Amino acid sequence: MAEQGCDGIICFRDVHKWFGRLHVLRGVELTIDYGEKVVIAGPSGSGKSTLLRCINRLEPIQQGELIVDGQRVDESHADINRLRSKIGMVFQHFNLFPHLTVLENITLAPRYVLKMPRAEAEEKARGLLDRVHIPEKASAYPAQLSGGQQQRVAIARALAMDPKIMLFDEPTSALDPEMIKEVLDVMRALAQARGMTMVVVTHEMGFAREVADRMVFMADGVIVEQAPTDEFFSSPQEERTKQFMSRILHH
Amino acid sequence: MPAVVQNLPLFLDGLRTTLQLAVGALVLALAVGTLVALLRVSPLGVLRVAGTAYVEFLRNTPLLVQMFFWVFGLPFVGVVLPEFGGALLGLAFYTSAFVAEAMRAGILSIQHGQIEAARAMGLSYVQTMRLVVLPQAIAITVPPLGNLAIALTKNTSVASAVLVPELMYQAEVVNARTFATYETFFVTAALYLALTIPLSRLVARLEHRLTRFRSA
Repeated sequence: MAEQGCDGIICFRDVHKWFGRLHVLRGVELTIDYGEKVVIAGPSGSGKSTLLRCINRLEPIQQGELIVDGQRVDESHADINRLRSKIGMVFQHFNLFPHLTVLENITLAPRYVLKMPRAEAEEKARGLLDRVHIPEKASAYPAQLSGGQQQRVAIARALAMDPKIMLFDEPTSALDPEMIKEVLDVMRALAQARGMTMVVVTHEMGFAREVADRMVFMADGVIVEQAPTDEFFSSPQEERTKQFMSRILHH
Repeated sequence: MPAVVQNLPLFLDGLRTTLQLAVGALVLALAVGTLVALLRVSPLGVLRVAGTAYVEFLRNTPLLVQMFFWVFGLPFVGVVLPEFGGALLGLAFYTSAFVAEAMRAGILSIQHGQIEAARAMGLSYVQTMRLVVLPQAIAITVPPLGNLAIALTKNTSVASAVLVPELMYQAEVVNARTFATYETFFVTAALYLALTIPLSRLVARLEHRLTRFRSA
């Protein structure tokens, strides 16, 4: 890993990405340490979700280097399925599989990617449902759950692969206000786990303040500012960061 | 009516052959059509082109022409199929082009987030199709597939033109023998209905069953 020149679990090295002519990532430099909890904030359209989606190559990058867990994600011969199996992802719109029960949603990847026996996968899934506080919903279909419950199942589904890294792409943005807390509580508990690296794109600044080791602020496809969380909130350096914070904290 | 009653065994014989033709062709058409639909949505350009060529060729030529090709055309290049087999292949391939189009629409209607979630867990493209996309796409595609199954059942009558002794063929035999044209074709129509009406009911029930998970 050292020979890759990356001393963290995730390294962006001058990463550029275009959507057609639109230059959405303009030379991103970022290193995330093993076990670190990082929150990425910024106005919409700043490229923060795109940045997150590059980590497991849901979005390919066009220029620069991206190293995740010692592997070059940007190289086409990378064993992307293997890498992805170690990275859990939680989406804004949950993306649960509607034709499968909660239990089947959670056991799908362990069974078909890790070839885990069904009984073992189900036992593990039930344990995870306990952890996200909905053990009684194992045999329900996603359409029978509230948004907050669906997102918690999605978190359990991602955890079922024992990921080294968890990516959260605005996990509470599609939720009704009264359900945001139940999802954030689960994420808070998750953040207690030492070994797991978490990268979270969110507008929930209260959550960020509590959980993040480091804040990353993006605008217009670049990282404008990054700092340890306390420092970031108490004394932001850049004008754009201050503007954004005043808007998001006093609305 | 006595003319019809006397020849009832012929009608029933024809009905049985029609049913065999319809079921056999349907099974084959669903299998081939699903494969072609997967070609049509493949990330590989070559496969997409092959799928498109298949669909356009088979969808845009008359069934009767295709059936003549299988039964009377192929012997000229040394392949002799029995009439029943040739008619079955003709019906199956013709219908498979429509199945492929219906299935492709179903696949494309699946939200991209489903594919992203599956791929993000490490499932391969093929696993994602098999475990996540196709089960949902098939459920959505049941109503149009039901229409195709009904059309296929009625299209079996074209096989009479290549001398397969199915229901329409037998009806013509009875008609030629008895000249009871009115009764003969009335009964024939009723026998086709006896196949297609239950089929519609079956499709409606299947649709209900498969889309159950969509609502609370």
